[in-house]
Amino acid sequence: MTEKELAQRSNRYRQNILKYIVKAGAGHTGGSLSSIDILNVLYNHTLKVGPENFTSPDRDRYIQSKGHCVEALFVVLADKGFFPEEDLNTLCRYKSHYIGHPTKKVNGVEQNTGALGHGLPIAVGTAMAGKMDQKDFRVFTLLGDGELPEGSNWEAALTAAHYKLDNLCAVIDHNKLQITGPTAEVCNTDPIDEKFASFGWVVVHVDGHDLKALTETFDRLPFEKGRPSLVIAHTVKGKGVSFMENVLSWHHGVPDKEQFALAMKELNEAVV
Amino acid sequence: MASIVVESKPGAKPNLEVFSATLQELAATDRDIIVVTSDSRGSGKLVPFGKKYPAQIVEIGIAEQNLVGVSAGLASAGKKTFAVSPACFLTARALEQIKNDVAYSDNPVKLIGISAGVSYGALGTTHHSLHDFAALRAINNLIVVAPADNFETAEAIRQAAASRHPIYLRFGKKNMPLLKEDESEGFQFGKGRVVAKGRDLAFIATGETVYPALEAARQLRSVHGIESTVISMHTIKPLDTALLQETAAGTGAIITVEEHSINGGLGEACASYLLQNGYRKPFRIVGIPDEYTVTGSQNEIFQHYGISKDGLTDIALQLLGREGARPGRGGGA
Repeated sequence: MTEKELAQRSNRYRQNILKYIVKAGAGHTGGSLSSIDILNVLYNHTLKVGPENFTSPDRDRYIQSKGHCVEALFVVLADKGFFPEEDLNTLCRYKSHYIGHPTKKVNGVEQNTGALGHGLPIAVGTAMAGKMDQKDFRVFTLLGDGELPEGSNWEAALTAAHYKLDNLCAVIDHNKLQITGPTAEVCNTDPIDEKFASFGWVVVHVDGHDLKALTETFDRLPFEKGRPSLVIAHTVKGKGVSFMENVLSWHHGVPDKEQFALAMKELNEAVV
Repeated sequence: MASIVVESKPGAKPNLEVFSATLQELAATDRDIIVVTSDSRGSGKLVPFGKKYPAQIVEIGIAEQNLVGVSAGLASAGKKTFAVSPACFLTARALEQIKNDVAYSDNPVKLIGISAGVSYGALGTTHHSLHDFAALRAINNLIVVAPADNFETAEAIRQAAASRHPIYLRFGKKNMPLLKEDESEGFQFGKGRVVAKGRDLAFIATGETVYPALEAARQLRSVHGIESTVISMHTIKPLDTALLQETAAGTGAIITVEEHSINGGLGEACASYLLQNGYRKPFRIVGIPDEYTVTGSQNEIFQHYGISKDGLTDIALQLLGREGARPGRGGGA
């Protein structure tokens, strides 16, 4: 997929995220918008996974640790053909499979997530199984920066390095905001890179909205043989809609009619 | 009705050792059998397993949340994963991982709670698991099992390995005599084993408390002429309600026995079913009361709370309104 095609997709995904959040009357708007470019590149460039091979033991795995940003995942999975996009009209509705967090009831979802600090340990175990079976699949997990204080992340970070899981790549959606305020003020986890590096990971920083940079970064995996890879993707919460960017209230804010129209206008004007 | 209480064979092994031996036997022909430990291979009697099958044991270190999360990942990729850790830590520290990563995601991890209940004796509350049945009963998609003897343990491990769903198994480390000579009836999750039959009273026990219940039944018969049914209700969830119904219909009183808090365990599971299904005869839950356990060995703690031949005999006599019960015996409820 060309860079332009990827950019067009990111724009369409952003519109869909907002459309289905508005329809559902709920959702994690800011984080879905900050992580969507990462998901776009993963699913449309990097991951060897699609509806055609989802049951294959050799597929690449994506586990979304920051499960609350499920809207980003669902719009990408729909676009990949895992399920009809119209299904998302039922998002968070009574008896719908499409709940406000990833669930395996939805085709394409690897693990049920939502509680924070769970994705990395599961990804470590999955990557370990790949090594045991000498398979070539890779395991990706997306973490929010706000979930880093969960101790289970650091337990899993130790294990990943100890078992030399170079088939594992964790990506941090580093948008620097969480529900209470700036992550640096809530519980400062900086320097994230030095911490992970000291645990034995190879850490690479990238602009999480630069599709070319993301593509090239994931193309370089593993960053080093015998070591797990961490990509710190610097992102902007609410990215793509001017009045949502870096504004805390959009963590799980739902646009009203006017805001939605304004956001869609902005996004339409930004189509490349 | 004639009693068919059989004599048990003494001197059997700890269920923990049977677990380890069975796992080795399975691993010999199945390289997908994976044991995951949290610095617990020694206490889990898994050192020989690790030596024999080094590629099939994963050491996590002391990090139970990670133990369960990693196990979920392994199981999701087809590994027949046994996550082994002391029951106290496994089911408290890693409860959210059990709930979400194992049960909710339906990753077929076999959660093995070793040195369960008050097996750690005088090490105290931090090391006791008297909450695990209660906590895990409330989690959907998890089979909860406490095998009583070596036969049940070996069968439970074999069947757990073959299962594609999450299972929690817990046992202790003391020698457990076989409950029955004849094992032809087999073992199946969710189907209680009738160890003895009698019309006056029924003991419904689980795990390492089945044997003292059986001893009490023998004493009640030989000394007091009271005939007792004894059931090893190894599966706490799903509960064998058919057997419970049948037992309730044919007995004069029911005593449940468990190495667990009297809150939320086997007893309350039975009480809930029985009350809602017409049972109105005497009923008593014997377990560890809602207090910090008295200091002592597992045996001493059992004795203290009436989970013993004499303690259960006295509780039975009290419940049936029979003379001969010694005052002050039989804690529990």
